[in-house]
Amino acid sequence: MATCSLHGEDSPYFAGWEEYRNNPYDVKLNPSGVIQMGLAENTLSFGVMEDWLIKHPEATITSEQSLGLFKDLALYQDYHGLSDYRKAMASFMEAMRGNRVKFDPDRIVNAAGSTAANEVLMFCLADPGDVFLVPSPYYPGFDRDLRWRTGVEIEPIHCYSSNNFQITKSAVESAFKRAKDQKKQVKGILITNPCNPLGTISSADTLKMLLAFANKKKIHLVCDEIYSGSVFSSPEFHSIAEIVAQENYSPDNVHIVYSLSKDMGLPGFRVGTIYSYNDTVVMAARRMSSFTMISTKTQHLLSTMLSDPEFVNYYIAENKKRLEERHRLIVSGFEQAGIKQLEGNAGLFCWVNMSHLLPSNDIEGELKLWKGILYKAKLNISPGSSFKCMEPGWFRVCFSEMTISTMKVALERLQRFVKQNKVMTH
Amino acid sequence: MSMNICEQEFTSVSERATCSAHGEDSAYFAGWEEYRRNPYDSLLNPSGVIQMGLAENRLSFDLLEEWLVKHPEASVNFQQDLFKELALYQDYHGLPAFKKAMANFMEELRGNKVKFEPERIVNTAGATAANEVLMFCLADPGDAFLVPSPYYAGFDRDLRWRTGVEIVPIHCYSSNNFQITKSAVESAFKEAQKRKMNVKGILITNPCNPLGTTSSAEILKMLLEFSMKKKIHLVCDEIYSGSVFSSPHFYSIAEIVAKQHYMADNVHIVYSLSKDLGLPGFRVGAIYSYNNSVVTAARRMSSFCMVSSQAQHLLSIMLSDSNFIKYYIQENKKRLKERHNLLVSGLAQAGIEQLDGNSGLFCWVNMRHLLPSHDLEGELKLWKSILEEARLNISPGSSFNCMEPGWFRVCFADMNMSTMEVALQRLQRFAKEYKIIANAKL
Repeated sequence: MATCSLHGEDSPYFAGWEEYRNNPYDVKLNPSGVIQMGLAENTLSFGVMEDWLIKHPEATITSEQSLGLFKDLALYQDYHGLSDYRKAMASFMEAMRGNRVKFDPDRIVNAAGSTAANEVLMFCLADPGDVFLVPSPYYPGFDRDLRWRTGVEIEPIHCYSSNNFQITKSAVESAFKRAKDQKKQVKGILITNPCNPLGTISSADTLKMLLAFANKKKIHLVCDEIYSGSVFSSPEFHSIAEIVAQENYSPDNVHIVYSLSKDMGLPGFRVGTIYSYNDTVVMAARRMSSFTMISTKTQHLLSTMLSDPEFVNYYIAENKKRLEERHRLIVSGFEQAGIKQLEGNAGLFCWVNMSHLLPSNDIEGELKLWKGILYKAKLNISPGSSFKCMEPGWFRVCFSEMTISTMKVALERLQRFVKQNKVMTH
Repeated sequence: MSMNICEQEFTSVSERATCSAHGEDSAYFAGWEEYRRNPYDSLLNPSGVIQMGLAENRLSFDLLEEWLVKHPEASVNFQQDLFKELALYQDYHGLPAFKKAMANFMEELRGNKVKFEPERIVNTAGATAANEVLMFCLADPGDAFLVPSPYYAGFDRDLRWRTGVEIVPIHCYSSNNFQITKSAVESAFKEAQKRKMNVKGILITNPCNPLGTTSSAEILKMLLEFSMKKKIHLVCDEIYSGSVFSSPHFYSIAEIVAKQHYMADNVHIVYSLSKDLGLPGFRVGAIYSYNNSVVTAARRMSSFCMVSSQAQHLLSIMLSDSNFIKYYIQENKKRLKERHNLLVSGLAQAGIEQLDGNSGLFCWVNMRHLLPSHDLEGELKLWKSILEEARLNISPGSSFNCMEPGWFRVCFADMNMSTMEVALQRLQRFAKEYKIIANAKL
């Protein structure tokens, strides 16, 4: 296991990051460096959190007021997690869904990030050699997170630009059949909603179709809703929790993954959540979370922050506003470069179509184009092939991890590159 | 779409979710349940169960608290840019300042007799995660690791559950104070081979849980030589390396390795701040490996169990404060020694002997003379009586896979002095009454 390449770090997704690390853009110190547009990070709303932290020193336990808590938190190693924290997380998840559903804090299992949450769920739901169906294009980290140490396999549910990459029933059935033809046991479907890398949401009908399919085949449905707080325009986001609430039974095959790494921009704090409707899974996942617990110092900070409804409501609204503004800016920049993007309303990125710039309409052409953009335009964007996209020429471009002026520089470089590239292609 | 309740069928989960390799059905955990239901409190519940089954160090928090009050810069809200920087930092390499501080601290714990390279440190959310990651890196499902028994009850879960690795015990006995012998190691190795298992390594805890003793330099050399001869790994969990409070001197495997004239690329150390600093809630563990491939693989795997950057920041400042660290280590040892001596003397008054220990947060005590029958059943009966009648939760040796019934682990660092005095009185009373009953039966 140590020597195989399932860690996935040999792909261009990660190679671009290396290039950035070696030559990072800095407006003063390195104005010709690589601009990072390949990392789905949200840096837009820190100011909102920082303001709150200054007003709430009791959240960080190193202040005199809260020192009495220090010992309790330092010793608390119960994998159930602090109950105040789970209550706060449940209410935050409800607020993000417009309070249309209720979450039971006792069904929340902590994990150190959604990376860990997804892996724990695989360990709980599938045995080595079993298959999970995952709509492609999908987050490259899944190849590692779902498969590496678990032995579980991924069978992609292919989605295409012809219908805006929506998941269709026939695509799901094809994927299921392909797995069966290889004599593999399908254990479930895992979707990301809102979707990474597409930046779109699944409709209520798509979710109902997936749940019906999962029930019919007696398999699990895992919904990674890590971007549920990053839906900045219509159509409206529907969580699988809302679909479940409309059923007249509690499904034992639905599980939700969440994390604060994207909506709140806190990947460093390692805060992930599994929410399962299945009691056995809650118990097993909770035990397994011994291997990936959330630091109590962090649980305390977040339980204080997320229990403040005024802050939560303000944060969610303000964050969406900032994401929407930034998204509009980048879309208009693409238009000026003659680049179309999939109409997106969520996430921290755009899914853009550069197939007209490909030297050849295949993966080799896509990687050549990607390299050209990386080394000539000095922009690190992520090629669709690293997301297992079936059609060459699509790229994911992130927009929430840089300042507005850096974005303007990036867009100018892109426009210049496209102009020069067009000239060369002709 | 909706279904009637009667149509709904249970969707199957994995074998790993339903098997019992999580280990929570053992007596070790059952006693904790009893304590949780009826916990001792000197005012509110003076007849409740006193917890002596949890190896926690509560003796030196005041030192940490004093330091925290003096060092507001250790907190994330100290300055604006700091919060953002830490919030975003998700690089599994870990904050360089934190790894440097961790390396310094580990050197200090070993009297600065060895040097640790920060680049060989891999962060993990606790030693639980560190041990599991090492198993994933060093062994495949079905492979075996040899582990001296008695051993920490959590290893059954940590080393085996999700990894599929098997434990083959290296049996140790009271006849030589449970020291690891070469012949015991060889027997375990043969046993594994007989069961057609590929032995991938040896894992020891030094200082030892539950024995509260340290392995001599000779034993460490013997283990290193054996592992090199058989081309297998040697993992040393040194989680209690800062909790050695009296002689004999503690030797880290790092010191043995430093004396070799070649790079021992089969040696790996596990550490954590859960015991020496009493910070299990913060989830701060580390793997230190002398093998570059293992460092790379473990680091990548640590994506699944990273240390919160908030915790890394606080500890990088604390552990870099060398005056504080020196003072803490010394004072903590002094307090552990005092508490250990109190327990030992209380046990003696109850007519109970203990293995001569010099480290850890517990004593390994011999209650064989109180067993109703000299077997596992007798041990569990005795354990239950102590739990129900004396209302003390101590841990039976069988939950540590001890081969000889009648040994128990009793923790001494997770309660205040007056609670310990109450516990010892209860134990002394119990032992007296039990003797009377036992004698009457004769």
